[in-house]
Amino acid sequence: MMEKFDKLTGIAAPLPLVNIDTDMIIPKQFLKTIKRSGLGVNLFDEMRYDRQGNEVEDFVLNKPQYRDAQILVAGDNFGCGSSREHAPWALLDFGIRCVISTSFADIFYNNCFKNGILPIVVSPEEHAKLMDDAERGANAVLTVDLENQTISGPDGGEIGFEVDPWRKHCLLNGLDDIGLTFEKSASIDAFEAKASAERPWV
Amino acid sequence: MSPKTLYDKIWDAHLAHEAEDGTCLLYIDRHLVHEVTSPQAFEGLRMAGRTVRAPDKTIAVPDHNVPTTEGRENPEAMTEDSRIQVAALDTNAKDFGIHYYPVSDIRQGIVHIVGPEQGWTLPGMTVVCGDSHTATHGAFGALAHGIGTSEVEHVLATQTLIQQKSKNMKVEITGKLKPGVTAKDITLAVIGETGTAGGTGYVIEYCGEAIRDLSMEGRMTVCNMAIEGGARAGLIAPDEKTYQYVKGRPHAPKAGHWEQAMEWWKTLYSDEDAHWDKVVTLKGEEIEPVVTWGTSPEDVLPITASVPAPEDFEGGKVDAARRALDYMGLKAGQKLTDIEIDTVFIGSCTNGRIEDLRAAAEILKGKKIKVKRAMIVPGSGLVRAQAEEEGLADIFKEAGFEWRLAGCSMCLAMNPDQLSEGERCAATSNRNFEGRQGYKGRTHLVSPAMAAAAAVTGHLTDVREMT
Ligand code: SF4
Repeated sequence: MMEKFDKLTGIAAPLPLVNIDTDMIIPKQFLKTIKRSGLGVNLFDEMRYDRQGNEVEDFVLNKPQYRDAQILVAGDNFGCGSSREHAPWALLDFGIRCVISTSFADIFYNNCFKNGILPIVVSPEEHAKLMDDAERGANAVLTVDLENQTISGPDGGEIGFEVDPWRKHCLLNGLDDIGLTFEKSASIDAFEAKASAERPWV
Repeated sequence: MSPKTLYDKIWDAHLAHEAEDGTCLLYIDRHLVHEVTSPQAFEGLRMAGRTVRAPDKTIAVPDHNVPTTEGRENPEAMTEDSRIQVAALDTNAKDFGIHYYPVSDIRQGIVHIVGPEQGWTLPGMTVVCGDSHTATHGAFGALAHGIGTSEVEHVLATQTLIQQKSKNMKVEITGKLKPGVTAKDITLAVIGETGTAGGTGYVIEYCGEAIRDLSMEGRMTVCNMAIEGGARAGLIAPDEKTYQYVKGRPHAPKAGHWEQAMEWWKTLYSDEDAHWDKVVTLKGEEIEPVVTWGTSPEDVLPITASVPAPEDFEGGKVDAARRALDYMGLKAGQKLTDIEIDTVFIGSCTNGRIEDLRAAAEILKGKKIKVKRAMIVPGSGLVRAQAEEEGLADIFKEAGFEWRLAGCSMCLAMNPDQLSEGERCAATSNRNFEGRQGYKGRTHLVSPAMAAAAAVTGHLTDVREMT
């Protein structure tokens, strides 16, 4: 089910708030769903809409130049709180494929990789530079190259980042658990053939 | 060859792949699906353009949300959330071509009752379901356990599960049970002995004379609650009773294959000198009819006992007991038989089979209930039909019980059947957690006969005094 992630060029939205928790990313009233998808409209629901359900003009993703953002440059400790996988589901459904911050909550960080989202940790100095880039509105285009582990900004500057090699491999190839098991299809086929000969009634 | 346990044998027979780090792919023979834990899994398949690898081995039935009152086909009978979940299962079953028992089908019922009833569950199989009480199917000598939604998707797509091997635990119940003591008392007594974490990391094999003496229904009750003891799966080696139960069921092996199957099934037992990582032995004749007093299934006492005091425990359990007594509205030293009951619930995948209903009917015959509300929810449409044919339904109705349609019902109160605040229920289900049967509802777990006895007297009652 996971989409590959190799190279992404897209608009980066600035969200400098620190400690954005998963409840802010997707509030609990939206967890009763039967879907993983469709959560995008409720991403950041309480910051994005007022109590009548109207868009809050000031909120970054409501601004015309950021409505199609694919990258978030967010404050420290992004994704803390509950373990709900609905948080990456909501980001992905909105169209966010990459989140850049100085640090992430552990579970959220893991959940991102399971859903084809690349979370990138950068130093505070690099973060300041990228936040600045993101604030340039429609010109806030960043290119994230996973293969070469670089982020390049609108001015051509390049920032390197670290990522676990195994996770990188899975993201580059769009491999989730199911994808990895598919790599062993030959073993499963062979097992099935043998089992149906030995236990044909199953 | 080195001696093996039954679990080892089933494991080895289903190992499709083993990686260097010991991670295994276990091939799954039967995948049971219900409406609550499957929608995101099917959606995942759709998004990735994947199919169900073995639709023939995949069986779906709605049970958790469905109302158990007459007229439930009417969409108004369900809340919107529930209606959507059930409708999603209807669609997914159709789209992916898997076996399906809709609410309108007489074979519909609780997934763990339907599987064995239809002959889907057979000895030596691997069985999974997005539900922890999948352990039930272990009664047939099948390796059966619950899985999460991501794993449901994994099994749908690949027919395998990524697994690491568990340890082996033997629970032996020696000797004979005394009159009035049932499979439910055995399984609760074992949890009382081992605690709810005692089985963590293990697959339990139940054995011994008292287990052999149980019917298949009783064995399912025992294995059903392996999970409350912390084990992912419980197993009982198949024997003549198992084969007789299975024979002739719609999906059991037919002539030709039957003999071949029997040949293999007869090898499914733990070898004499197999290695056990843990052994627990209980004497069957020492087990009493039991009841839970607290909010954990390990809070078990014989019905003849009194409510314990927090000081009777050690460590973290002292506070847990204090909190449980407070939640349950009980006082230390109070006799268990003095505890008054408002509601009686007989049903669930633990005790919703025909034999359970017969046991209840035996107590209820010619009597009237003294509780506010009592309901019997058969585990499947077929159990219900059989109970009507045997005249049990009339006994229940005359006694004042509501005679319901099949489903999970008040076991987890996801449908409209719920306890109200402070209500006290004698229930034949498997969990007495805070809020399980409704917000601030109080649950005492008992056997069907004990539940019927409580219905008649209006308080927890020693069933042995009823005859
Ligand atoms: S009857 Fe209760 S325990 Fe069994 S499957 Fe239904 S909800 Fe779960």
